[in-house]
Amino acid sequence: MVIYILCFALLLVGIYGILTKRDLIKIILSLGIMGYAVNLMFILFAYKRGAGYAILVKDKAVTAMVDPLPQALILTSIVIELGITAMLVALAIRLFEKYKTFDITKIRRLSG
Amino acid sequence: MKPSEGMTLIVKTVTRISVWLIILYGIYIILHGHLSPGGGFAGGVIIALALLNVLLAYGRGFITRWLNIGFLHDLESSSAAIFLAIGILGMAVGGGFLANFISHGKLFNLLSSGTIPLLNIVIGLKVCTGLFVVVWTLAIFHLSDKGEKQ
Amino acid sequence: MILPFLIIIPLLAAFLITLISGGRDSWAIVFSILAVISLLALSVFSFLSTGSQTFIYEMSGWKIPLTICLVQDALSTFMLVIVNLIALTSLMFSVSYIRQYSAPWKYYALFMLLVAGMNGVIATGDIFNLFVFMEIALFSAYALVAFGGKAEEYEASFKYAVMGSLSSTLILLGIGILYSATSTLTMAKIAEILPTLDVKLTYWVGAIFLAGFGLKAAIIPFHAWLPDAHSSAPAPISAMLSGVFIKSLGVYVLIRLFFNVFGGVAVFNEVFLVIGAISMIIGVFLALGQWDIKRLLAYHSISQIGYIIIGIGLATNLGILGGVFHLFNHAIFKALLFYNAGVLEMTTGTRDLRQMGGLAKKLPTTSFTSMIASLSIAGLPPFNGFFSKLIIFIAAIQAGRPVYAFLAGLGSLLTLASFMKMQRYAFYGKENKDADKTLAKVSTAMKWAMISLAVLCLLTSLMVIPGIRELTLDPVVAVIMNKTGYIAEVLGR
Repeated sequence: MVIYILCFALLLVGIYGILTKRDLIKIILSLGIMGYAVNLMFILFAYKRGAGYAILVKDKAVTAMVDPLPQALILTSIVIELGITAMLVALAIRLFEKYKTFDITKIRRLSG
Repeated sequence: MKPSEGMTLIVKTVTRISVWLIILYGIYIILHGHLSPGGGFAGGVIIALALLNVLLAYGRGFITRWLNIGFLHDLESSSAAIFLAIGILGMAVGGGFLANFISHGKLFNLLSSGTIPLLNIVIGLKVCTGLFVVVWTLAIFHLSDKGEKQ
Repeated sequence: MILPFLIIIPLLAAFLITLISGGRDSWAIVFSILAVISLLALSVFSFLSTGSQTFIYEMSGWKIPLTICLVQDALSTFMLVIVNLIALTSLMFSVSYIRQYSAPWKYYALFMLLVAGMNGVIATGDIFNLFVFMEIALFSAYALVAFGGKAEEYEASFKYAVMGSLSSTLILLGIGILYSATSTLTMAKIAEILPTLDVKLTYWVGAIFLAGFGLKAAIIPFHAWLPDAHSSAPAPISAMLSGVFIKSLGVYVLIRLFFNVFGGVAVFNEVFLVIGAISMIIGVFLALGQWDIKRLLAYHSISQIGYIIIGIGLATNLGILGGVFHLFNHAIFKALLFYNAGVLEMTTGTRDLRQMGGLAKKLPTTSFTSMIASLSIAGLPPFNGFFSKLIIFIAAIQAGRPVYAFLAGLGSLLTLASFMKMQRYAFYGKENKDADKTLAKVSTAMKWAMISLAVLCLLTSLMVIPGIRELTLDPVVAVIMNKTGYIAEVLGR
């Protein structure tokens, strides 16, 4: 139970970072932290008490295994977040070239 | 020796030896994707990181001379097209999209479980070339002044 | 069968475009137009041949609870027709519009990925597959919003990307909680297991999904990205985004989840009504003060989505009929309005309404179609907007909620006022004497795209006639209201 609460606390740290930080790179890092928290929660959901890893080895007998489906879901989710982070970093480089700052309170030409 | 690009001599020598070992390890992880943890994505990322190692240690100019970036672009798009072609072949043989239509073989062999090793190799190629081209585009940005979108 | 081709064809076109086109865009145009025409033909054929049945396609030959399935019923084929129709007109419009940017072949590859992602979201029956296709479509949308290369476009795209990935992370959290409680990912099986669990789980997961998908659908607490993103994108992409993207990724998924999987819980219907009413009124008030033409259209998108959400939230047969019909109509006339805005921007070089004037003589096609679209969105007969808004109005009164009917009428009046202002400043009124000469010509393909959508604005009002309505809209409503039918059809094969 404590593990789930800590994992949720990690998610809240990520949300706090997105809401309050002013630097573009710190916002990208906070999005990464949120992604890690959700992936961790998937793996915690897949655990069964006393079960082994979900791989067949040639000479071992087949006992209880943890759920292998969330592990595949997390691989997909990590790939997607990798793509998002790459695109955000490219956008941040272009924004620096145009606005000459990384401060998000100064990047504000569109409003109203 | 030109004092300009890349890092110091020690880093360059160690990189020259260890990059090939990293690429070999990445190929091992891709090929054994159906027997042990890993598979196409993890192996592809390892090979991309080996090339990134060379980029960091030797500098931008060297890697543009050493690798043909246009070839990597073409390799990336053709791996994706080959993935779709394997899926359509599965549909033509009659199982459904991405069905496993090659024979499954014996358990624990290297050449077993149908189309899965082929798909692992194709995904590994696409991830490795895609990730490296993205990082190279970000690194090369200040050299050329025309903007390249993505 | 047909469904996997709706995802394979645009993906194949995207990869081949990246492979073959060297630096010019002639192959890209050929491939993408061939792909979208075949997609439209396939989706119309599947819509007409489905009727009220349901077809299931299982991927990789495995059986249902273990695999990803594609569901072809009346609702999904209806949405597929809308998406591919607007995609074809958008492609026709963009053939000469994109030439003013650099590297146009990249635009076509990203456009094909956008269409592939949206088709995948609509056709799938598995909840994680929906997440993956939604992310594919979102990537392309982020890249296409920033396509022009100006400073405001990067800012809008960054804002959109951060908010979009925040909501995607929330959606992934909801999927995780749902998986841990029901241990399956197929939506029909979740619908079967969910009533046997605690009802608080449905409320939690429903709230998380409402926040996540609500941001994609741009309903009011989550709308902040939409004015920037839709006004900074190139005009055909604004039409795609405002016309089908927020509906396919936002409203369609909300309908599928809240009616077919959760089963029409009463609390969520109330929430839909309240949020829809707020979106409708605040959207129109914020649009009244705008002078930038694309920002005005973007705020009106928020308002019209509010209409659709009110129709859905009434949860009666007539209300859902009105909501779905308004979804179809809004795609058509909003795309047409964005094409007109694109032509105005291309020929005068500015988006500010105060600097335009008297263009009705120089741009006859544009002004005529723009008048038709403005009358449709304001809800005047005989155009399609009148019929769909009338149905929502009558449904609200019949369900015993006259407040929402009054608010719908008020919103309609304010929309009419706002669009009459746009027409007067852009097309009629004094010509701006010190403006440039016309900067570019309107090509034939653009004119055909606008004229075909204007004709459809008139033709789709025929869908209210009872004979045609039973063929097209009634099966859709039947699928939405019938949760046990959905489970039986998907799991029974």
